[in-house]
Amino acid sequence: MTENDPINQDYQKAVIELLYQLADDDFIHAFRGSEWLGLAPHIEEDVAFSSISQDTMGHTAMFYRLLEELGEGSADHLAQGRSSIERKNCVLVELVNGPGNYMEKPRYDWAFAVVRNYFYTQAKAIKIQSLKNSSYKPLSDAAVKVKMELYFHLLHWKTWFTQLMTSTDEARKRMEEATERVFAELDGVFSQGSYRVKIVDFGLIEDETILRKLWIQELSPIFQSINLTMPESFGMKHGNGRDGEHTGDLEQAIQTLSEVYRLNPAAAW
Amino acid sequence: MSVLEKGLSEEEQLSKFMAKIEAGEKIEADDWMPEDYRTALIKLISMHGISEIMGALPEKEWVPKAPSLKRKLGIMAKVQDEMGHGQMLLRVTEDLLKPYGKTREDLMQDLFKGDLKFHNVFHMATKSWADAGMVGWLVDGAAIITQTNMLNASYGPYARALKRICSEEVFHAQHGEAIIMALTEGTVEQKLMIQECLNRWWDSLLMFFGPASKQTTGSSKQDITMKYRIRTKTNEELRQIFFTKYIPRILSLGLTIPDETIHFDQEKQEWIYQQPDWNEFKEIIKGNGPKSQERLDLRRTSYETNKWVRDALAK
Ligand SMILES: [Fe+2]
Ligand SMILES: [Fe+2]
Repeated sequence: MTENDPINQDYQKAVIELLYQLADDDFIHAFRGSEWLGLAPHIEEDVAFSSISQDTMGHTAMFYRLLEELGEGSADHLAQGRSSIERKNCVLVELVNGPGNYMEKPRYDWAFAVVRNYFYTQAKAIKIQSLKNSSYKPLSDAAVKVKMELYFHLLHWKTWFTQLMTSTDEARKRMEEATERVFAELDGVFSQGSYRVKIVDFGLIEDETILRKLWIQELSPIFQSINLTMPESFGMKHGNGRDGEHTGDLEQAIQTLSEVYRLNPAAAW
Repeated sequence: MSVLEKGLSEEEQLSKFMAKIEAGEKIEADDWMPEDYRTALIKLISMHGISEIMGALPEKEWVPKAPSLKRKLGIMAKVQDEMGHGQMLLRVTEDLLKPYGKTREDLMQDLFKGDLKFHNVFHMATKSWADAGMVGWLVDGAAIITQTNMLNASYGPYARALKRICSEEVFHAQHGEAIIMALTEGTVEQKLMIQECLNRWWDSLLMFFGPASKQTTGSSKQDITMKYRIRTKTNEELRQIFFTKYIPRILSLGLTIPDETIHFDQEKQEWIYQQPDWNEFKEIIKGNGPKSQERLDLRRTSYETNKWVRDALAK
């Protein structure tokens, strides 16, 4: 196979598409996590949560670097220089943490944070497991590194999830509401967008329906143990981020995370 | 505490205690200690701890905005460390508070009421990315100097916590210096950004070490902390160490110190400099600094918003 070989070109396109999904997901997710810094329910949680966000940002950097190696531009530009329509992240990660701004009157919703983090991390763990067998070697290598850190993240959010679900009535109510909101976007997390067939055919990762099924399998016993029903189907209420459909929340996130970078993208910071 | 010690009078216990710390031995949480030693420690360590936590806030403003993946990772790690320092120190304080039946909840309430103070530097605004570098480089640099001064503190739990904190602070200062160096080697705008930042921070940095004597502001806790071997050097001595260490570095980066009078007096063997406005310092510490109430509000808001979580955890 040569570089101009149409199969090779197709393959590379599929790899790039999948990498954008993975990188953008983790990047925006880590950004939302970093907004929580200093605002978590207690100081111990602030330390733990910021450590998790840091790991996620590390994974982000790894994925953007793989894109850089494929000639997509510098990792820093890919992270900070792209507009919201170019982004491939799922809508779930872009939604704001709650009313207010991280600098002013942040009335952030811890129930939403716990559920979003737990469900997202479980989905990520399943994807990473599948990526370990990816036909694209740099990606399967990266998956091995990411997997080690995910174990702790998953345990952390699972603990919060079950604890808050089985405590006071108010906590239960808030958690159930948050669960509903997260389910309404959860299909977007699994979606592989319009490149799905190629991504799967080239053996880069398993199909989204398989991943979704594994997720349900993994969470069903937890749901049972806390008397919660798994919905028949999930949703993509605000559109499919893989195809560039996003909310205003993403636009606001990009404005913030690139504020300094945009002063002079060519400068060394 | 041994049976024999229980039979000692207050006076005898105090002289035993003094002999112990003068011999360089450590006092532990459950050991007997004079009341004013305990209260001085509580004041010092709770202020240090809450300053780490409140100090995370000005830097945190720049965490989501850090201009590259490398910087994002660096500043996330740094601010996480600061929260970790706060956590560690609050635990040391909690042990000291036990005889009074007070807990962390009381510390948070004291903070909200303005009774528990935090360092002057963390009441100041951060206006540009350069501030993120400045906090790491010179604020943490100043903190390293004051904390190194207490590494041999007579109170064991504090001395051990400081050892860990200081080893991490060295990385913070390097992280900050790297940001500053990138700016001083950068574009004209970047150079202006860092000079403007230094101009704004200079007085706060001098204030960080506290007034030279209690005549300056009416109170100073340096006497009692020196008597009990918690610290060894005076505020002014520490400020002089800061000058000696950092003035050459600041100048070598091509930056100007916003004090035309500053110079080293060979005869007196000390730096002569313009005093910051110590009345302003008093106001800042009282909670009337430029960002004091806003930052406290951030914590108050998150405390209120997360009340249901604390209730759920308590059940
Ligand atoms: Fe610190
Ligand atoms: Fe620090």
